[in-house]
Amino acid sequence: MRRLLFGFGLALALPAVAAEAPKRGGTLTYMIPADSPPSFDGHRETTYATVHATAPFYSVLIRINPDNPSSSDDFVCDLCTAMPKPTDEGKIWTFKIRDDAKWHDGSKLTADDVATSWAYIVHPPVGVLSAREGTYTMVDTVTAPDANTVVFKLKFATDAFLPALADAYSYIYKADILRKDPHWYEKNIMGSGPFKFTEYESGQAIRGVRNPDYYHKGLPYLDGFTAIFAPKESTRVDAIRADRAAIEFRGLPPSAVEQLKKADGDRIEVQTSDWNCADVLTLNHKRKPFDDVRVRRALALAIDQWHGAPALSKVANVRTVGGVVFPGSPLAPTNAELEKIAGFWPDIDKSRAEARRLLKEAGAENLSFELISRNTDQPFKYIANWVIDEWSKIGLKVSQKVVPTGPWMDAMRTGQYEAISEANCQSVVNPLLDVQKFLPGNVSAQNYNGYEDQIQVDLYNRMLREQDPAKQRALMREFDTYTLDTAAHTMVTLWWYRIIPYQSYVKGWKISPSQYINQDLATIWLDK
Amino acid sequence: MSATVIDDAPLPQRSFWQSTLRFCKRQPLGTFGLILVIIMAVTGFTAEWIAPYNPTANDFAAMTEPPSFAHLLGTDQFGRDLMSRIIYGARTALIVGLSSAVVGGFSGLVIGVASAYFGGLTDLIIQRVSDIVMAFPLIIMALAVVSIFGPGVHNVILAITIPLIPRCSRVVRSSALTIRSMPYVDAARACGFGHTRIILRHMVPNVVAPFLIMVTSFVGQAILAEASLSYLGLGVQEPVPAWGLMLQGGAEEYASTAPWIAIFPGVAIMLAVLGINLFGDALRDALDPKLRER
Repeated sequence: MRRLLFGFGLALALPAVAAEAPKRGGTLTYMIPADSPPSFDGHRETTYATVHATAPFYSVLIRINPDNPSSSDDFVCDLCTAMPKPTDEGKIWTFKIRDDAKWHDGSKLTADDVATSWAYIVHPPVGVLSAREGTYTMVDTVTAPDANTVVFKLKFATDAFLPALADAYSYIYKADILRKDPHWYEKNIMGSGPFKFTEYESGQAIRGVRNPDYYHKGLPYLDGFTAIFAPKESTRVDAIRADRAAIEFRGLPPSAVEQLKKADGDRIEVQTSDWNCADVLTLNHKRKPFDDVRVRRALALAIDQWHGAPALSKVANVRTVGGVVFPGSPLAPTNAELEKIAGFWPDIDKSRAEARRLLKEAGAENLSFELISRNTDQPFKYIANWVIDEWSKIGLKVSQKVVPTGPWMDAMRTGQYEAISEANCQSVVNPLLDVQKFLPGNVSAQNYNGYEDQIQVDLYNRMLREQDPAKQRALMREFDTYTLDTAAHTMVTLWWYRIIPYQSYVKGWKISPSQYINQDLATIWLDK
Repeated sequence: MSATVIDDAPLPQRSFWQSTLRFCKRQPLGTFGLILVIIMAVTGFTAEWIAPYNPTANDFAAMTEPPSFAHLLGTDQFGRDLMSRIIYGARTALIVGLSSAVVGGFSGLVIGVASAYFGGLTDLIIQRVSDIVMAFPLIIMALAVVSIFGPGVHNVILAITIPLIPRCSRVVRSSALTIRSMPYVDAARACGFGHTRIILRHMVPNVVAPFLIMVTSFVGQAILAEASLSYLGLGVQEPVPAWGLMLQGGAEEYASTAPWIAIFPGVAIMLAVLGINLFGDALRDALDPKLRER
């Protein structure tokens, strides 16, 4: 299997973790930027609110190395004993499960628990939602032939499988509980992870204490943790500034870091990373004139990404110009390749002249429409304001409607919008699966553009099965150009940038390109 | 024996300018308020000509710049000129404030007079509905309306107008109740005039004084409510320049690093509401016979 050796510009300010001997004890208090998780069930949910609140209670089969979380190919076992080599030309993956893992109720964790959990993720029973079911289309069966072995049989070999298996939401649940009530884990917590659940105050906080029977000996270092829910950014910044909380793991804007540094610079550390999250402007193909590729293309051509990115990076969690693939990945375009795609031309005057010509040709000059945006400041508000101003430069009149997350999701799912500002946020960098969002709605449940396109689907399927790196890259380049330019199905604006300021006594945590991964807190310790 | 001389000569009629001058002399604070209101109105309605920059144009070369000769009140996080946004924001405030106050006021006027005129069951129903609406503070009621209809200028006007109606109708009704039993209203009835004519021609003009005072205070309340809704993200939406929205964008994130982003819109709101309230108080004093001669 080809290893994706990425050289991301990551972890620019990593503290010297390895040199220090971890201290045991203490309680970590951290902020979660949300009201509350919609449910505790990682299989069902897609929000960091769930994973930040519940990951410390659960084990997974494999994961990204916690000491090297910015990697996309450094996978290590959590519940397995050794990373396996695939057989049958990459279609059979056999994992040996450790026999010292226990559930928090004291019972033994077996391969059946692992296989059943994965079977529910890959092929959920009727009435059970698995948010990432579509991610595992390559998986045929998951079985446990004995108490210590789990076998994944794939329909076809693909490079996308192993990174997908390291998904942070793929908690291992107790098979008996799942079989009795597959919805039990939505409202209850019982895992085998480094911390045991103690208390949840709805919309306020969730707490856990050290699991003394944790199978990774010596871990966790903390006695416990308290996670406080606070959707307002100012509340979270104030909490960190006053040392009522030590960290929040999603990301704060540059202005917040500036405030914290100004208030107490010596006590604040900062880690930064490119973020596997891209801002996406979705146009409703079922609404005129967005059914016309010329109009969609014109809207992309109006936006000056190359000048917008450095400026907006000063005030918002965005930084990099890119296509559908995480910038820096071997499958991502070079700048020279990107500059050939509509919306990324380096000559913005030429680009906007072409945009005006296309609008005139399509009879859509002086077009006015509404852009729906999410009421989350970072970075949605900034992106929306920026693109509205950019579109005004080709004579478009765009108003903005900012709505809470619920109505925002509803608008996308019901198609009640003309244009909407959203994002494609993924877990472990896995471009072959990360771009699934850009597939038509009849293939990808995450796509809300409202179109069908078999050409695009065929191109994707060829790419997913391709094992030759050079051919795979060529296909991805073709997919990128087709999606953003030829068919102009959607617009990828800027890629996000993760900035985590925290109290300097927090040690043992390393930033990654995703807010979802490396959140079990097992390696974190407090230098107090 | 003494003789009583009855002076039946007509009272001297003052011109508009004489009345204005008299008002200014007697009500210096009200005059100050009026000046603020006039400045705000002129600023808002001539924004295109006096604003130095396009209020929605981003300027990445001038992000979060402090006040300078180029940008007298500084720039916000998008490099937008704050002075231009405040000037255009005056228009938004006036549109929302005046529309809500006028529509809410006139609706309340008609409902209040009608309620007093018809009395009985009509009055009972109108007053109980008013009680229900008035049980909620203005901003809470406005929040509820915006939650139902969604954000945006038109919905904000609607959201502020609805709670203002019963407030106006209640005050107007109390004045109209006195007028209802006046002989000239009975005379109008005796002449066979219709309800509409009696209400509009004979009753409404006689409750104009309290009505005007109410409407004036409504403008200030509406501006404040619009700013509050926008601050909460439920009012006017970006990139439309609106004072509350400017506060929302700058107060939290840039309070310590670029405080001018929040200070100047805050000052604009304060001056506008202060001006309208001072003017409204003075107008009340001027129109109220009991207070007029003090």
